[in-house]
Amino acid sequence: MSKIVVLDYGSSNLRSVAKALEAVSESKDHVTVSNNKQIIIAADRVVFPGQGAIGQCMQNLKAQALDDVIRECINNKPFLGICLGLQSLMDHSDEDGGIAGLGIIPGKVRRFQSNVRDENSTVFKIPSMGWNQVFQKQVHPLWNGIEDGSRFYFVHSYYVEPKIESDIAGETEYICKYTSVIARDNLFASQFHPEKSQHDGLALLKNFVNWKI
Amino acid sequence: MGLAKRVIPCLDVDNGRVVKGVRFIDIKDAGDPIEVARRYDEQGADEITFLDITASSDDRDTMLHVVEAVASQVFIPLTVGGGIRTTEDIQRMLNAGADKLSINTAAVNNPEFVQQASNQFGSQCIVVAIDAKQVSDDPLKWEVFTHGGRNPTGLDAIEWAKKMAAYGAGEILLTSMDRDGTRDGFDLALTSAISEAVDIPVIASGGVGNLSHLAEGVLKGRADAVLAASIFHFGEHTVAEAKQHMVDRNIEVRL
Repeated sequence: MSKIVVLDYGSSNLRSVAKALEAVSESKDHVTVSNNKQIIIAADRVVFPGQGAIGQCMQNLKAQALDDVIRECINNKPFLGICLGLQSLMDHSDEDGGIAGLGIIPGKVRRFQSNVRDENSTVFKIPSMGWNQVFQKQVHPLWNGIEDGSRFYFVHSYYVEPKIESDIAGETEYICKYTSVIARDNLFASQFHPEKSQHDGLALLKNFVNWKI
Repeated sequence: MGLAKRVIPCLDVDNGRVVKGVRFIDIKDAGDPIEVARRYDEQGADEITFLDITASSDDRDTMLHVVEAVASQVFIPLTVGGGIRTTEDIQRMLNAGADKLSINTAAVNNPEFVQQASNQFGSQCIVVAIDAKQVSDDPLKWEVFTHGGRNPTGLDAIEWAKKMAAYGAGEILLTSMDRDGTRDGFDLALTSAISEAVDIPVIASGGVGNLSHLAEGVLKGRADAVLAASIFHFGEHTVAEAKQHMVDRNIEVRL
């Protein structure tokens, strides 16, 4: 029996995440989407998916006191951040004119540089939208059965720049080489969307559901 | 190495059924969008686009059920277009499991709708579909049309694409109405002109008749993704064959 709660702060991709978790869980009844503090704190595992703009995300988290719930959960249970659920863990983001993040992982969130061209003089589009390779920088239970350099689905204009090297669990290259996965203790957070990354994404979610700390 | 160019099969859905002749070997019901979507997923499609062509708005809920069923079995991005006019329409489709919504006529009628939608849901899920027709040879000019190319809007396609990008569109789905259904290949001049004009990704659509056309959409059209319907539907080519052809032309794809 494992209760998995998808934290609902009003992001648009909750259903996709819940459906993917249901597909890899033993019994789908254990996956709940909730913004209720008690339910989230009582969960065995928490998934924090995010999408959209970080300013709105931080505002919603604070308005519902979910920022403190996240801090509490990160200390004591398997915790998976996705996309904005990774970026909002940092100290600060350049998005929306500069926004303070949750400050759980030291470092910043930066925007991809505009008007950079590739070797065929085609401009790199922003957002980075599509399947890109993730190179694993840590041996981690969530990488079990996933080949190094596998492709995952990304949609983002900003990327994280962690201060502490040992927090980096995956790297990707687009315009620059950047951190696409952070892992520390019971926290694992990806810039890509495992719920939309077919076999390898589902494998990662299954590893999360079975992750023993 | 880096971001892969995407191959996106498109399904036209009328009242819950795939239309325009989908033919596969070992498929029980080629009109069932769930079965067809699963097949494309197995072949390595990078995303799937559904275009709801249901005429009556009473039947639109059917599409919600289709999206819901597909989203619980296929774990790649799903885009839904056709009849998306309000933020409530967007919310319902997202709740059903869609990842991106494609907006066409509603954007032309009310450009602020795109702004409002991208503010509310994030630009990552707002695709603006542009149907363009060439209206001048020298200089080359294309105009935006709606209703399957029947209604001119007076809008210049390049200016319109820039405006939509500025209004928060996350991506542009560009269809050449001159090429759509011809199997003569994408309008490469149009595709590269739009792709150069905006810094958001552009999906090329309209006219694919063979695998070489897909590669040219990327190499000459500078498209970030290529969309096709009939070459996949009639079982002439699989998505996997399309990707292998692109690899042979030195295009980076997800295999």
